[in-house]
Amino acid sequence: MSAFYALLKRDLRLAYRQGSAVTLTLAFFIIAVTLFPLGVGPELAVLARIGPGVLWVGALLSCLLTLDRLYQADYEDGTLEQLMKGPLPLELMVLAKVAAHWISSVLPLILIAPVLAITFNIVADGIWVLVLSLLIGSPVLSLIGSIGAALTVAMRRGGVLLSLMILPLYIPVLIFGVAAVEAAISLLAISPHLMLLGGLTLGALVLCPFASAAALRLAVE
Amino acid sequence: MTLIVENLGCVRQERIIFSDVNFTVKAGQALWVKGRNGTGKSSLLRIIAQLLKPASGQISWQQKDVLDEPVEFLKRFEYIGHLDALKTSMTPRENLSFWAKYRGPNNIEAAIEAFKIEEIADFPVRSLSAGQKKRSNLARLIACPSKIWILDEPISSLDVHFIDLFTDLLRAHLEDGGLALYATHQDLEIDDVQLLNLDEYTGAGS
Amino acid sequence: MAIDLHRYANPARFLRIMGAIFPWVAISTAVLLIAGLYLGLFVSPEDYQQGDTVRIMFIHVPAAWMALSIYTMMAISSAVGLIWKHPVADLSAKAAAPIGACFTFLALVTGALWGQPMWGTYWVWDARLTSVLILFFLYLGYMAIWESFDDPSKAAKAAAILVLVGVINIPIIKFSVDWWNTLHQPASVATMDGPKIHSSILIPLLVMAAAYMSLFMSLFIVRVKSEILARRLRLLQMNKLQE
Repeated sequence: MSAFYALLKRDLRLAYRQGSAVTLTLAFFIIAVTLFPLGVGPELAVLARIGPGVLWVGALLSCLLTLDRLYQADYEDGTLEQLMKGPLPLELMVLAKVAAHWISSVLPLILIAPVLAITFNIVADGIWVLVLSLLIGSPVLSLIGSIGAALTVAMRRGGVLLSLMILPLYIPVLIFGVAAVEAAISLLAISPHLMLLGGLTLGALVLCPFASAAALRLAVE
Repeated sequence: MTLIVENLGCVRQERIIFSDVNFTVKAGQALWVKGRNGTGKSSLLRIIAQLLKPASGQISWQQKDVLDEPVEFLKRFEYIGHLDALKTSMTPRENLSFWAKYRGPNNIEAAIEAFKIEEIADFPVRSLSAGQKKRSNLARLIACPSKIWILDEPISSLDVHFIDLFTDLLRAHLEDGGLALYATHQDLEIDDVQLLNLDEYTGAGS
Repeated sequence: MAIDLHRYANPARFLRIMGAIFPWVAISTAVLLIAGLYLGLFVSPEDYQQGDTVRIMFIHVPAAWMALSIYTMMAISSAVGLIWKHPVADLSAKAAAPIGACFTFLALVTGALWGQPMWGTYWVWDARLTSVLILFFLYLGYMAIWESFDDPSKAAKAAAILVLVGVINIPIIKFSVDWWNTLHQPASVATMDGPKIHSSILIPLLVMAAAYMSLFMSLFIVRVKSEILARRLRLLQMNKLQE
């Protein structure tokens, strides 16, 4: 397990030292979300209606921005092949890197989301559930994304391909995440939605590391 | 402590790079892999390092098939590739200490001393020269000690002085009963060394 | 020679079987297509509500069936390719993808055309249309990844991983989209199910499905053959290079 923590810590330290990636992702999230009121008009009822969806889609796209570098930096400087030698099984190595990605790139988005939700006139209950749904569901984004990142790791311009492959697979988590917030706003039960989200996360947690590891083996060959 | 390779063949991009390569390396011995560009020196070393699957043949370590059960073998070697495997925003010391924590044995100070990188150990890798980076990467061999050294162009970008230093370290490793497989263009003047010239194994002839 | 490269480029038995089947599926495609279209467009009764537009169904519904079946078939042959390293398996998944994408596109276009008279608009975010649209994206991603690798054997494995991940996701996507659709029920959508299917509709539907199936088989055989020939050409070039 010490190898797992060593890798997690190293990736977090690297993310911290190259702080620009995190700030840029946050800035992208804020700007992308800000465009919607400008696009659809400032009417508060409309904004409250589309708010949960906009924030979820915004988080999803921002997450995509950093995913293509998930393994690429390590691939380019030869660290990846050293990591593959072990002793950590490749699947656990994937998990450590995905965890670092989630903490460094997705968690900040979740922390800023309530502020943006206020500007969208979402009621307080909705905001809490939004944060909760993001916390439960967003690991799926990093996990599924890691498969795309592994498949495109050796490609110079893998980002676009990554989006094409991964975005359709994000649809379930988007639907259940937004549904939870909408249920909270209309005072309906939220637990089924959150449980489904949790189910998706657990499923992804089990399956994605294997697919990701298989794709990485392929890339290093 | 014997590494046996039999009938090894390698195919890249549907092209046969080499076939029927055989050799045996025992404790204290070294194998010098030589050949022109494109004859598969790197591929051969990567196959031994389990980064590449061979198209044919067997590799065995201590009478056990490495391709079937790689886990035990993976712990026994350290591989130095073309790339430096250093994070440029971290210092050599941080890089080494990461690998030491990741791999297990922790011998950082000895490694820093052996490769004479004391003075640069606390500067970010991005500010170092190519030779300094190379030494910082090679230091992993001492920081994470292992039985087998697999070295792909270990002395490229080192000056004469450090080539001698490295050769001494390599000799010491072999005297301790270690094994080494290395691909270089230059003779390292190791006593107990076999030569594998890949020019003689190209696939086109067969 | 220790390594037999021709194994990958000369699946003789496969080619022989395909060559024998091809004329038959080509003929049956023509016969079934003519019969199905005739039965569907002229013989079957018009719907008491939808009139002649219901006939789009005979093009649309079997195309949607094919869209999903071909993706499943790609997933199965990719799994075979990954597990048993059978060279033809990878090729057949690759060869099937554009055909499947075309059927998916056909289902989408005919669905939209059918939607106009039924719903008064070309596109409705109906659960089925949305699912088919997502399936279309999955096909595009699959085809894109094949194009993005220089080494065909790497591309085959990468594409296989992607299609297997996709096929695990399809039921989840389908479920979530259905669920999303019931949450956001559009104002008034006539269901496509209609009354119980009468044999006068069912028979042309099945004939069309069979026609699509044999159309797929004939296109598939042509495409796999050309893939194999392309590989053989590549190999000859490589050998030339090596001499």
